[in-house]
Amino acid sequence: MFKIEPRGHESKVWRYASPLLALALTGVTAGLIFALMGRPPLLTVYTFLIAPLLQQDGFEALPVKAVPLIMMGTRLSLAYRANIWNIGADGQFIMGAICGGGVALAFPEAPAWLLFPAMAAAGAIGGGACGGLAAWLRIGFNANEILTSLMIAYISQYLLIYLVTGPWRDPMGFGFPQTALFSDNALAPRLIADTNVHLGIVLAPLLALATWFVLEKSLLGFQFRVLGQAPRAARFAGFGENRLIWIAMLISGGTAGLAGLLEATGTLGQLTTTLSPGYGFTAIIVAFLGRLNPLGAVPAGLLLALSFLGGDAAQINLGLSNAITGIFQGILLFNLLGCDLLLLNRIRWAARAAS
Amino acid sequence: MTDPTPLLAMTGMTKHYPGCLANDRVSLTVERNQIHALLGENGAGKSTLVKTIYGVVKPDAGEILWDGKPVRIQNPGHAQRLGIGMVFQHFSLFEALTVAENIALGLAASERANLKERITRISAEYGLPLDPDRVVHDLSVGERQRIEIVRCLLQNPKLLIMDEPTSVLTPGEATRLFETLRRLAAEGCSILYSSHKLEEVRALCSAATIMRLGCNVATCAPAEKSVRELAEIMIAADLKAPPVRAIRETGTTPRLIVKNLTVPSPHHFGTGLKDISLTIESGEILGVAGIAGNGQTELMDAISGEILAGAPENIVIDGVPAGQMGPRARRAIGGCFVPEERNGHGAVTAMTLSENGFLSGFVRRALTRCGIVNPKRTDVFAADIIRRFDVRATGPKAEARSLSGGNLQKFLVGREISQHPKVLAISQPTWGVDAGAAQAIHEAIAALAVEGAAVLIVSQDLDEIFALADRIAVMAGGRVSEPVPLREATVESIGRLMGGAPREQPAHV
Repeated sequence: MFKIEPRGHESKVWRYASPLLALALTGVTAGLIFALMGRPPLLTVYTFLIAPLLQQDGFEALPVKAVPLIMMGTRLSLAYRANIWNIGADGQFIMGAICGGGVALAFPEAPAWLLFPAMAAAGAIGGGACGGLAAWLRIGFNANEILTSLMIAYISQYLLIYLVTGPWRDPMGFGFPQTALFSDNALAPRLIADTNVHLGIVLAPLLALATWFVLEKSLLGFQFRVLGQAPRAARFAGFGENRLIWIAMLISGGTAGLAGLLEATGTLGQLTTTLSPGYGFTAIIVAFLGRLNPLGAVPAGLLLALSFLGGDAAQINLGLSNAITGIFQGILLFNLLGCDLLLLNRIRWAARAAS
Repeated sequence: MTDPTPLLAMTGMTKHYPGCLANDRVSLTVERNQIHALLGENGAGKSTLVKTIYGVVKPDAGEILWDGKPVRIQNPGHAQRLGIGMVFQHFSLFEALTVAENIALGLAASERANLKERITRISAEYGLPLDPDRVVHDLSVGERQRIEIVRCLLQNPKLLIMDEPTSVLTPGEATRLFETLRRLAAEGCSILYSSHKLEEVRALCSAATIMRLGCNVATCAPAEKSVRELAEIMIAADLKAPPVRAIRETGTTPRLIVKNLTVPSPHHFGTGLKDISLTIESGEILGVAGIAGNGQTELMDAISGEILAGAPENIVIDGVPAGQMGPRARRAIGGCFVPEERNGHGAVTAMTLSENGFLSGFVRRALTRCGIVNPKRTDVFAADIIRRFDVRATGPKAEARSLSGGNLQKFLVGREISQHPKVLAISQPTWGVDAGAAQAIHEAIAALAVEGAAVLIVSQDLDEIFALADRIAVMAGGRVSEPVPLREATVESIGRLMGGAPREQPAHV
């Protein structure tokens, strides 16, 4: 028999050991699932987690894939530390791509120095507006932002589908649900010519660093942390909750919008219905796996990016459904939340059975 | 005639919570047909005891005799089968459902027959008017309480427990409730009435068990005691004659003016403030006595700016109308505040002392630069407080939760005093603090007043008030009485006001 008992304080060791244990357990669970499906478990885990890195472009594809996850994960960490639960980053991501992409489609001939910054601004405003809407509903009507931000995400998703299958569909695109390709001026600036290595690869870690600095070193970040840990103490100190909700939702939404715009202009070059394979939801896992530390979102984002690549590889090489990515991510989050029990509790083996 | 065996007899009831002994060998005997008061301040252990009777809390030790037979009450269902009903202070009703639907939820399917007629009949019989088809969210708090009472009465209880029932009622509703309770008692249902309101207990109850800090302190017939005597027993301050202190010269500059302050409580079960006016001069300490739950929390929040007043002129800090300012702006003009609750209000427990010093000190001590926290100055500020107020901690990097309650309190009081406030409002300055630390805190407060600050002390500890205050007022039912100079204050006058008794004489005694 074992017993769970409170530690009385938070374990510093388990703060960092818990994600590693969760990852190990996820590997074991995934292996078991593969075995039940009649696949060799080790080979499958290898295909999923190692093989993508060994491919020719593995070390290029991984960071590119990680850019949106890191950007969103790091800003979600900031909001979550303040107990402000923006669940709708996926919709803000899509709305950013729609707004920025709309600018690209409307002004294809505009010069690059003007067009891309305008698109980036439109993307951030679009994403920020989605976040701001949830903030307004929370403050004005006391509507829980967990629900509203998620609902707004579905609105964005269906708006995208409507646009790319309707008014914005490429007339030369043989009826595929996609827009025309963006003009070259509208593409995210490349760091290495003729690759997908775009501006975001530098931007994402800088953003993580800046967010960490704000959260840990600034008065604003202090306000977020106090609000998250003791709302009553935040009122006592005079940190206006409504103002902080606005800021958190606007900057996490705006960043998600910018990430969406970068994804559309950095890797796709157009808008399609499958713009986001759930990046905004995966970013929630990134934030938690990174311990809600804005810097932790960098390694966590890389790991979750690997799961997307691994899902593709498993689909191509082993004929597994692409749903495997979602299953892997779900198991990882589940294990992580379970392992986090160890932060505040310890498990004791009780030698004597209860009589 | 009535059966001589008591309906309920409890002895040695003990319940530990982590870090707190909620009930320490408590005894309670409820006779048949009796309205029995369980009297005590907030935190005296009343709720734990009644929850034990209702099977919500499992005691660590103690014996319960129900109808003369030993029982171990497993859960609320078991309590109900024994004939125990309970009306909680906080109701558990679904707002979107009707009265009848809410009541049906708590009953087995077999008990639901003719429910509406039975509700109508019982509510008419006991003077609890209630329409079973009304939706709960349209109902007043008093009507909601009736639902809970009717829900209990449907099960023909022998004992009805009421936990702080009138804290949510208007005076009219309370009067009607008392009639109902007297009828019930006459018809054979004993009532255990948990409250801290002395007047109503004297009027309603034939016996009282008084608790303090988790222990029994007395059993008596409340009608035979005066409100003051009950208050004395309940707060155990023996209301002794105040020590002689030097008389302060009056007529200096007013630093804190509260004028016609009326604010509703933001909390559902709170007490709103009703037309409070106070003036505290430079160098003066005003003590506000009173039993907890009479609006003290709301008064502190209104003075610190956590609740805004209706108009700027309602609160004037050092000459600046501040009623509409938030806490940061009030600190900037010289206000400092120590709330009653340390954990999660005055301090963030998971943060370091350094960060907690910053929490309220960054405005007056200029601990930021261009929006960035200055870590050096912040650490120095915390280290100064730790040294000057003899806080037992490993240093500025110690987490607040690693400190004992008394040491954290010294840190929080020190944090505010070190900011050289012009107005200091402090609630329960030495609550849960050992005698030595309490002495240190008292001296620091007195020294601050000598420097010229105006100090408001809100406390339930009369000894403390008499030891520190130049003038004393009493808070009851959201109102503050006219302050009385210390040498004119008598234990009788303060005790009577504390019980919420109507003023038989003008406030100036």
